[in-house]
Amino acid sequence: MADIVLDKVSKSFPDGTVAVQDVDLEIADGEFVILVGPSGCGKSTTLNMIAGLEDISSGELRIAGQRVNDKAPRDRDIAMVFQSYALYPNMTVRENMAFPLRLAKLDKETIDRKVDEAAKVLELTSLLDRKPANLSGGQRQRVAMGRAIVRQPKAFLMDEPLSNLDAKLRVQMRTVVSRLQKQLGTTTVYVTHDQTEAMTLGDRVVIMRGGAVQQVGPPQELYDHPKNLFVAGFIGSPSMNFLHAAVQDGELHTALGKVPIGDRVRRELEAADAPRELILGIRPEHFEDAELVDDDTRRRGMEFEAPVDIVESMGSDKYVYFTVEGEKASAAELEELAADAGAADFAGAGGNLVTRLSAESPVAEGQTRRVWFNLEKIHLFDPANGRNLTLHEGRAAGALAD
Amino acid sequence: MAVETTTRAKLRWGLLDVLVVVFALVPVLWIASLSFKTPATLTDGNFIPREWTLDNYRTIFDTDQFVRALVNSIGIALIATLIAVVLGAMAAYAISRLDFPGKKLLVGVSLLIAMFPQVSLVSPLFEIERQLKIFDTWLGLILPYITFALPLAIYTLSAFFKQIPWDLEKAAKMDGATQGQAFRRVIAPLAAPGLFTTAILVFIFCWNDFLFAISLTSTERSRTVPAALSFFTGASQFEDPTGAICAAAVVITVPIILFVLFFQRRIVSGLTSGAVKG
Repeated sequence: MADIVLDKVSKSFPDGTVAVQDVDLEIADGEFVILVGPSGCGKSTTLNMIAGLEDISSGELRIAGQRVNDKAPRDRDIAMVFQSYALYPNMTVRENMAFPLRLAKLDKETIDRKVDEAAKVLELTSLLDRKPANLSGGQRQRVAMGRAIVRQPKAFLMDEPLSNLDAKLRVQMRTVVSRLQKQLGTTTVYVTHDQTEAMTLGDRVVIMRGGAVQQVGPPQELYDHPKNLFVAGFIGSPSMNFLHAAVQDGELHTALGKVPIGDRVRRELEAADAPRELILGIRPEHFEDAELVDDDTRRRGMEFEAPVDIVESMGSDKYVYFTVEGEKASAAELEELAADAGAADFAGAGGNLVTRLSAESPVAEGQTRRVWFNLEKIHLFDPANGRNLTLHEGRAAGALAD
Repeated sequence: MAVETTTRAKLRWGLLDVLVVVFALVPVLWIASLSFKTPATLTDGNFIPREWTLDNYRTIFDTDQFVRALVNSIGIALIATLIAVVLGAMAAYAISRLDFPGKKLLVGVSLLIAMFPQVSLVSPLFEIERQLKIFDTWLGLILPYITFALPLAIYTLSAFFKQIPWDLEKAAKMDGATQGQAFRRVIAPLAAPGLFTTAILVFIFCWNDFLFAISLTSTERSRTVPAALSFFTGASQFEDPTGAICAAAVVITVPIILFVLFFQRRIVSGLTSGAVKG
């Protein structure tokens, strides 16, 4: 059990590429922290540096208050679960799990007892004498976890441990990982590229992009109060809608009509170097069928009309895709997100508007429908640097705030 | 691609197989046949001996010359194989895993050695070994054998090491192993088929060598079988030693066959299955 502190930790390679840049992170004892970001954002490199598999170029890494920069992995007393599981194929499940204990030179009785305990926790008891080749993916995954927990290390590091499993098993293993971490109370750093895993598992989530930390916080905070365009677009599924917005006569001209702005945003925009063009972001659930909105709610938002493209009924609610005219929002962050998700999955920046409407809405494909959206939930971003202009002291206040 | 299984296709394949086997085995069988013939029938041209005799075998084991050469051969080949495989394994491991300065040079030079015509080295080696007083000793043969076997060993082994997922080594390190422990307890057992394959290839190379064996030895002290064979005479100088030479040739193929059969069982593929997803 220990806390892990990264103090301006950087990693640069001999050819000059900087993989990780000045990462500051304090992970409390027993905390479950998720590192998330698109591929190549430096999250795995960061994890490998904590593990000791990769040298730290500059900065300091402390585990339980001790500087461990120059310690070999085996002297750091942390366990790691690999994406590929990395089980020793020549050993049985029991031998695999006993391997770290045997290296630690424990006596045979203790080893057997500990392996049996860990096997029980992970429901591996009946598989102990099998070789990894004769196990299913999920079972191999559990053996890899077993090998990590068996010696009760100071911390667990997990490098995309679930990404090789099929979708159903992944959801199942997610709860296993979560329960195990709560049960053992061991500090855990978990790397993933899947924002759903990040949202559901962690106490805190660290979003990385291009080797730098974008935002750190509990999942809900990242969702509600994203610091910048990248975080806003990365967290949430389906992702946030982004629209081009031109500032004109104290209003925002967007594809959804003229959006009024409150005093606070206006003051922000009066500065000499303020951007004339903004990106307006709004999440799918902040739309509603205009027919279903009561008067009190109606006053907090505004309405527009648009042709319905596709309706996906989820039972509990409906995902409705609208086609909207107008200029597309463009920013480096959005392009990066689209590239990572595969353009098809990332509709946020296109001419499509994704909305989540109540299941009672009688909306049908081909119609033109009147839709209401909540102005208090709007985010405005500066396209030049991605900063969220609606964020004040870490809280998003919408466009109308005074 | 499905293989045709009609009768005609089977016949065609069968004929082809027989042709290949006969082509490969006729010289070997001929030598075996000669080794069982009496001196009188040696040149009668029959493939199957009319008069069977074991005299030739008795002759070669009676002479100290052959037994001594056999001991030399086995000793020299085994020692050279052992050292070449151990050194080769270490070099191949470094080449496949680490990025160290001069790596390309090392690989290039070892390739160069493999390409170098051995004949051109015989005279200089002869002079060097005489100066160093290792001419006509076991060491005098083991050293060049290791030199020429190493490139072979390094290439074969690094191909095997590259197949072993790197994650396994990282996992071993995380589990508390030193670099050495990770190699010995995780990587080496998985590389075993590669080690055995390499051992067989190197052993055969050392066992078969004639060029160095004939040039760098002068007495029975270190002469290996292939060289010793060329010094065979009959019981008297007027006797034809063909039968004895053939018997000796048959005898020296036996260790090779045993060696291959013994290690072949260890060359099992798919040893790494189950280690990583895929």
